[in-house]
Amino acid sequence: MERIPILKMGQFLLVTIQVDMHDRLALTLQDDLTNRIVKTGARGVLIDISSLEIVDSFIGRVLGNISTVAQILDAQTVVVGMQPAVAITLVELGLSLTGVRTALNVDAGMALLQHSIGLPPGENSDHGQS
Amino acid sequence: MPLTGASKIADILEQNEAELLQEWQTELTTSDMLRRDLIRQGEFDQQCAEFLRLMRSAVQHQNLTDVQAPEWSSVRQFLASICRSRVQQGFTPSEVALFVFSLKKPLFTRLRQALLQQGDIFAEAIADITTLLDHLGLWTMEVYQKAREETIQRQQSELLELSTPVVKLWDGILALPMIGTLDSTRTQIVMESLLQQIVETGSQVVILDITGVPTVDTLVAQHLLKTVAAARLMGTDCIISGIRPQIAQTIVHLGVDLSAVITKATLADAFAIALSQQGLKVAPKS
Repeated sequence: MERIPILKMGQFLLVTIQVDMHDRLALTLQDDLTNRIVKTGARGVLIDISSLEIVDSFIGRVLGNISTVAQILDAQTVVVGMQPAVAITLVELGLSLTGVRTALNVDAGMALLQHSIGLPPGENSDHGQS
Repeated sequence: MPLTGASKIADILEQNEAELLQEWQTELTTSDMLRRDLIRQGEFDQQCAEFLRLMRSAVQHQNLTDVQAPEWSSVRQFLASICRSRVQQGFTPSEVALFVFSLKKPLFTRLRQALLQQGDIFAEAIADITTLLDHLGLWTMEVYQKAREETIQRQQSELLELSTPVVKLWDGILALPMIGTLDSTRTQIVMESLLQQIVETGSQVVILDITGVPTVDTLVAQHLLKTVAAARLMGTDCIISGIRPQIAQTIVHLGVDLSAVITKATLADAFAIALSQQGLKVAPKS
């Protein structure tokens, strides 16, 4: 069965969604992610949806659920790279994903996660004005 | 051919065209409803003569009741072109309609002279000519209205293009000065261009400035909150600035909850907050 790979990066889990999400795939991702958080004791989850063109209300809700579940397991969730069209669709659907943190790109998302668990920004982080 | 009102009208137009034109122009010129400063004399004379000529050939078909019929199409087109040019020259609707209606009086005078002895045909002819000129007058109104609506639509689309600039204030800080009333179409365009700019510039903070928005009702507030929510979904913080005292009161009266958004009175305050969120500050040079 098709699965979305979950990568471990230090204390965080990294998920990059590069295929069209259908409902079963979303539920599988939710299961897998929950198991991985418990197994690895991860402190943060970063979900990159920058190549996702279509997000319907179900996927939106699954993203919200993942965030809530991760919160219970003491992990922060950041959703990064949402496309403008997707953002407009979600708002029009009345899903503003309250409780889900968002960031513009993976860089900003990583910085947000590190900040939220009280880590200093990583050495290779190129944030802050030069 | 039996003598009817319609055929008599055709005869009169045929035989007395020059005199009718003369009388009609006098009628138009003396009426104080027509502003002669808006149109040149030559153009005006030419329009009158051309209209009368087209009338004459259309009346030959003796169909005075249905101006939508094919034999009237050249008259209708000519009237439409006159109307359009008069709309642009700034004539009022009454002045445009008067162009047609003022033809009644000279025609009635001629008919009375010609049909002095034949009362019933005279009455028939009067009824015919009234119907005809009324229809033509209404037609000018329709064209006038349509020309006006086209102008309004063109201006609306121009306004849409004008009014949605997204300004980059600093690296990572965008500003969106909103001007004019916000409706659904405009908010949609504003939202799309804002989100597009966020992606292109990778900005972390957006300042929505509503100094130029005259009134805020529940709909406008809802549009604002939607824009904020969409920007937040993309990972950008929003600050709303430029809230005037009356608008602040209106928002509270309406029960709109803006507590999830940072709000500031002026764009300068919002910019200061945005800078400090980015870890920047403005300091004196020395």
